[in-house]
Amino acid sequence: MVGTETAQAVFHTRGLTRVFRMGEVEIHALRGVDMDLYPGEFVVLLGASGSGKSTLLNILGGLDAGTSGEVWYRGKDLSHASEKVLTDFRRYHVGFVFQFYNLIPSLTARENVAIVTDIARDPMTPEEALELVSLTERMDHFPAQMSGGEQQRVAIARAIAKKPEVLLCDEPTGALDSKTGIKVLEVLLDINRRLGTTTAVITHNAVISDIANRTIRLSDGRVSEVIDNPNPVTTDQLHW
Amino acid sequence: MRTLHIKLWRNLWTLKGQGGAIASVIAIGVAMFVMSFTSLDALRASQESVYQNQRFAHVFANLKRAPESLAERLREVPGVATLETRVQAPVNIQMEDFDQPITGLVLSIPDGQQPQLNRLFLRSGQLPDAHRTDQVLVSEAFAEAHELQPGDRLSVVINGRYQQLLVSGVALSPEFIYQIRPGDIMPDFSRYGILWMNRSAVEAAFNMDGAFNNLSLTLSPGYSAESVIAGLDNILAPWGGLGAYGRDDQLSHRYLEEELTQLETMALFLPLIFIGVAAFLLNVVAARLIRTQREQIAVLKAFGYNSFAIASHYSALVLVVVLIGSAIGVFLGVWIASGLAGIYQEFFRFPWLEFSVRPGVALAAIVIAGGATLVGTLSAVYRAFSLPPAEAMRPEPPANFRRTLVERMGITWLSQPSRIILRNLERQPVKAGMSILGIGLAVALVMLTGFMRGSVSYMLDVQFRLAQKQDITVTFNEPAAGRTIHELRALPGVRYAEGFRTAPAILRYGHREYRGAVQGYVPESQLFTVLDAELQPIEMPREGVLLTDHLARMLGIEPGDILQVSVQEGRRPELNIPVAGLVTEFIGVGAYMHRDTLTRLLREDDTISGAFLAIEPEHQSELNRRLENIPRIAGVNFRENVITAFNEAMDETVLMFTLFSMVMAGSIAFAVVYNNARIAFAERGRELASLRVLGFTRAEVSFILLGELLLLTFIAMPVGFALGIGLSWLLTWGMQTDLYRIPLVITPQTYATGALVVLTATFLSALIIGRSLAKLDMVSALKAAE
Repeated sequence: MVGTETAQAVFHTRGLTRVFRMGEVEIHALRGVDMDLYPGEFVVLLGASGSGKSTLLNILGGLDAGTSGEVWYRGKDLSHASEKVLTDFRRYHVGFVFQFYNLIPSLTARENVAIVTDIARDPMTPEEALELVSLTERMDHFPAQMSGGEQQRVAIARAIAKKPEVLLCDEPTGALDSKTGIKVLEVLLDINRRLGTTTAVITHNAVISDIANRTIRLSDGRVSEVIDNPNPVTTDQLHW
Repeated sequence: MRTLHIKLWRNLWTLKGQGGAIASVIAIGVAMFVMSFTSLDALRASQESVYQNQRFAHVFANLKRAPESLAERLREVPGVATLETRVQAPVNIQMEDFDQPITGLVLSIPDGQQPQLNRLFLRSGQLPDAHRTDQVLVSEAFAEAHELQPGDRLSVVINGRYQQLLVSGVALSPEFIYQIRPGDIMPDFSRYGILWMNRSAVEAAFNMDGAFNNLSLTLSPGYSAESVIAGLDNILAPWGGLGAYGRDDQLSHRYLEEELTQLETMALFLPLIFIGVAAFLLNVVAARLIRTQREQIAVLKAFGYNSFAIASHYSALVLVVVLIGSAIGVFLGVWIASGLAGIYQEFFRFPWLEFSVRPGVALAAIVIAGGATLVGTLSAVYRAFSLPPAEAMRPEPPANFRRTLVERMGITWLSQPSRIILRNLERQPVKAGMSILGIGLAVALVMLTGFMRGSVSYMLDVQFRLAQKQDITVTFNEPAAGRTIHELRALPGVRYAEGFRTAPAILRYGHREYRGAVQGYVPESQLFTVLDAELQPIEMPREGVLLTDHLARMLGIEPGDILQVSVQEGRRPELNIPVAGLVTEFIGVGAYMHRDTLTRLLREDDTISGAFLAIEPEHQSELNRRLENIPRIAGVNFRENVITAFNEAMDETVLMFTLFSMVMAGSIAFAVVYNNARIAFAERGRELASLRVLGFTRAEVSFILLGELLLLTFIAMPVGFALGIGLSWLLTWGMQTDLYRIPLVITPQTYATGALVVLTATFLSALIIGRSLAKLDMVSALKAAE
């Protein structure tokens, strides 16, 4: 089944569904998603709340498994992977950035990055990663001593320090004001350009798709539209 | 309000694990409390009821011999209500299949009738027939030890004459609730028995026709024992009176009181510690539990519930737990107390037990446990409530952290997970301190009950290997000439013998007095050594008296002071003897002198009251037979028997207590560790789930949570050891009496047991928490926090 196209794609899903059983109610979060992500691209997964975008991202990141359908990562089948394979997958290949940063409050910025580089293969140093997000000055501060934007940049540094092949960002600007949000997006774009990391950002904010190479719109658990954007704008032209 | 009730039950169900742990701590604390007080109450109530119903006398007196007509004069002493004379005498008892000497005390009762005072309770059989001289009642403890029943025959040597007696019944007396041979430290039911016979029979056997040598009396209301004693002593002095004494010096009563006082110490001390630990834990745990409900409180508040409604809601939540725990505790406590009463029955021979549960005891326990829990709950509810709802509903902002002390001191090579552990602990030092204290107390509780065994064997070692090396102690009916020792030396199997002189005496210093004896020993004795505080032998001084340190403290006397000694025997001299030094002894108390000096002060020629023998074990049976047939010998004590009796008694009581406390302390440790883990898990689940998302394995994440628990447990060990030493010291201090003082000896095993019980509890809770960690929900951690 591994065709040229699938081999090329970083992620490749076919007929992916996810059904949650809440007591006696079944919620169809994904109703057959066919999607490919290609190396080095910056993709925005756009959708309203309840469209299934977070569910999709969780399955791509190895946090959850689909109910049926296929999920391939670089020719490896994730849909039937063991707990150990998924842990290794997250550990070595994926960088995560979350809406609520999920930093460890008891560790400084540098240590929050180090907690990932300690267990990665051939990572950059925490200092290098923090320099990429321009936080060299704040390296020894604890999360409680930093603003939301700074915390999110630490989270990005933590995600990229292992030099992952993909960066999965779940509403990275969701908890930030627009000015700070734009700054965070700029960091993500910069990383994408400099390191060539395939980046998927999920958001309900349509404006963000202007900076992406491609926008995949999700509604009601299906891909409703794929828009190529040959001329992405720079972040200074964004506002919301 | 109805919806709030539904929420209450749902919350209870969700919190069943933690609630269960809290309830079990309450149950344990309450059970200990109820058990101790109920069993103590039972003993006290039984004592009172038996004394009352069986007419236990207030004053007793022994004398050499007086005509019955003297009784009338004695009854006229102001304050005497009822006075009854008796004849009492030592006997030797012979049982088939028992080759060691048995001694006994025979007491007269009015022919075929109950005595007026110290009435007997017949367990079986009947009183001796008024017209028979060969019928006898035996004490229950002795009857049980030799399986004697009414109708059985008994061989005794009365006043040197062999006689066959018929057991007419088995009896219990208020005078012998604690049935112990004078001079012994532990009861020995198989080698000492009490017999009651018709007065005419005893008079005939001991040539005491129309005479008496013992009396007891009750006091008229408003009179003190002291005034009556003085009056009696005056009248009895010419008749060889040995000094009348009140209940405080009556052997059974005194031992019973000592034991009850010790039990009171234990009964107060241990349960107070247990319930204190439980209360402390409940306070902490309830407070933390409420903190995890912070958002819910905010929501309720946003809906317009007032603080009273919310406080009642959460109070009801914890009170349900308290009540469940208390109910189990009360039930458990009463159940164990009734079992314990059976064990006490072995030592305290009450004819009947008054067993009842005072509602006040149960109520006090519940109030202590419930109060502590409520305080913790309400303070946490108040804190949650004082936040504006909007703020409380938002997830807590990232907490402030800083580098820990160890890191600031320059240790920088720590891994990130280790840093997380250390910083979490240091950020909440009070919480960590409380946990350490809680776990430490559990260690201490195990030690507290465990150290007894080691201490007792140390006590026995010092007393019976270091200080007293004689195999047998022989005591005479009355002082004999010093040369009698040669007769004993000539007996088969006797390697060596040393005579000693003991004179019963009242020791006084200032207004304090102690009724005991002065004991004279040969200097350079090979069998009896007195020891100093470092347990080094002290040479017996030529002049002056050596006092047991505890006796000196009781009298408030110091070396150099003059001790007043009123000898109660022979010429009854009043002596003033300087205290030459202090002696360390764990069992009994004494006043020791050079034998020659003592006999000189007594204005006697060389006399001895008994002898220490070192024997060849292979000749023991033969020696026993020979000793039994020497009429002047009143008692024969074997060192090994004393040690065995002590060990058996310890095994029976202490072992049960130890097991019991281990289970309890283990549960407390489990409750502390488990609740800690649960709360840490609730507080940091999101953090741990984030780490799982970042690619940490289960084991790596477990390390952060369980590592903290383990670290707390390890820090708690030395704290627990220190607490254990302190509490054990307090217990030995509270339990010291003139009968014995348990030295504080904590063996490595005691420490190890404490550590092991708590580590096992930690391990168990780690296992349970490990299972929750495996089910950690990664996806939910990424959603809005908490």
